[in-house]
Amino acid sequence: MAQTLTRLKETASQTGGPYVHIGMTPNVCDINGIYPEDLGVHMVNEKTRGERITVEMRIFDGTGSIIKDALIEVWQADTDGLYNSPSEPRGKADPNFTGWGRQASDMETGVFTFETIKPGRVPFTDGRLQAPHISLWIVARGINIGLQTRMYFGDEEEANAEDPVLTRLEHQKRVPTLVAPRNGNTYTFDIHLQGDQETVFFDV
Amino acid sequence: MKNMKPEAGGFFQRVRQWHPPAFAPGYKSTVMRAPQKAPIAFPQTPSEITGPVFGREMLGELDNDLTVNYAKSGESAIGPRIIVYGRILDENTRPVPNVLVEFWQANAGGRYRHKKDGYLAPLDPNFGGCGRAITDEDGNYWFRTIQPGAYPWPNGINDWRPAHIHFSVFGHGFVQRLITQMYFEGDPMIWQCPIVRTIPDTEAIEGLIAALDMDSTVPMDARAYKFDIVLRGRRSTMFENKLEGN
Ligand SMILES: [Fe+3]
Repeated sequence: MAQTLTRLKETASQTGGPYVHIGMTPNVCDINGIYPEDLGVHMVNEKTRGERITVEMRIFDGTGSIIKDALIEVWQADTDGLYNSPSEPRGKADPNFTGWGRQASDMETGVFTFETIKPGRVPFTDGRLQAPHISLWIVARGINIGLQTRMYFGDEEEANAEDPVLTRLEHQKRVPTLVAPRNGNTYTFDIHLQGDQETVFFDV
Repeated sequence: MKNMKPEAGGFFQRVRQWHPPAFAPGYKSTVMRAPQKAPIAFPQTPSEITGPVFGREMLGELDNDLTVNYAKSGESAIGPRIIVYGRILDENTRPVPNVLVEFWQANAGGRYRHKKDGYLAPLDPNFGGCGRAITDEDGNYWFRTIQPGAYPWPNGINDWRPAHIHFSVFGHGFVQRLITQMYFEGDPMIWQCPIVRTIPDTEAIEGLIAALDMDSTVPMDARAYKFDIVLRGRRSTMFENKLEGN
């Protein structure tokens, strides 16, 4: 026998369940008066630097139906590619940009809307620049462990073509599942949990 | 704090087999929602290693007291009063300070305040069902609530959820993000629950069962349950750039 590594095991994940919004966006489900507003609804203010954009997301299940009971959190760099986080070792990010957003979808349409800015480029582990991207974390009933993925920007073809994460995907046919087309100032990102167009999810 | 430099290392790889698989047909909602292709790994970049933090100033005074945070003045929620407390730790056994912990639950009758919950147990006008706290420098959190009831749910014809509290926890990196559920020591319903049983390992399930702690009760007021949560550990950076190690 060798010495013991004094490590703990990560607490096992469980689904957020059908009422995930009660805990994380209570005002959306008419539980008002506990929190003044739901966390993460505002990512920007008047002073935020960078290009203003709207990102609209939808999630489709294996039958092709739009899911309306999910919750999405996003995490992204500021316009200079810096994260508003104490764990950011490279410099101080724009204090007027949180970088973090949380939304429930519209109950009728199933569209998640994030008002944000286009992020700058962030280095990969070897120093190469990644294409601009937004990290996502998706939870819902029927999702046993939060799904991790990324959204890339459709008008960044050059950067996407050299992105260290996108280029390392074995099945290059799947790259478009991570790229949101641009229309005006709005990007639309459709997430497919299953099927031919299944979004690439990450294990990071 | 001991380690004043920003922690910049990545996190230990997640042990996927320890967690419930995405596709777990005993829990029917997973069948059409589980991705069918393997998730793809890549080395963690600043996008994964960093994460948002929240300041204590955002907390309201009653945010960690579900017995009164939705109640009319002078009234309180119905049900057995309990304190839930514990620490947020990482896999290196270190406390995770200054992170947001959110919790939500059904009322004492097992009914959620949600228009989609049609269970015939009544709503409690004084119970909203959500609260939050931020861990202190040693990773401690606590809140006061009422013990939630078990409730039936449409899965099998007679499936019931054991009494539980949902938890959402932030770490210091976005990939530490975790949602889980806390169960109560001694509840026989735990082992029958199709959602609990998505977890393959008994030891992993036991890690979700809070212990009754009679030494931490508030006499004549509330019993206490202790529930620690473990987040992914940070890889040591001491060999790379002489940052203080773990
Ligand atoms: Fe529940």
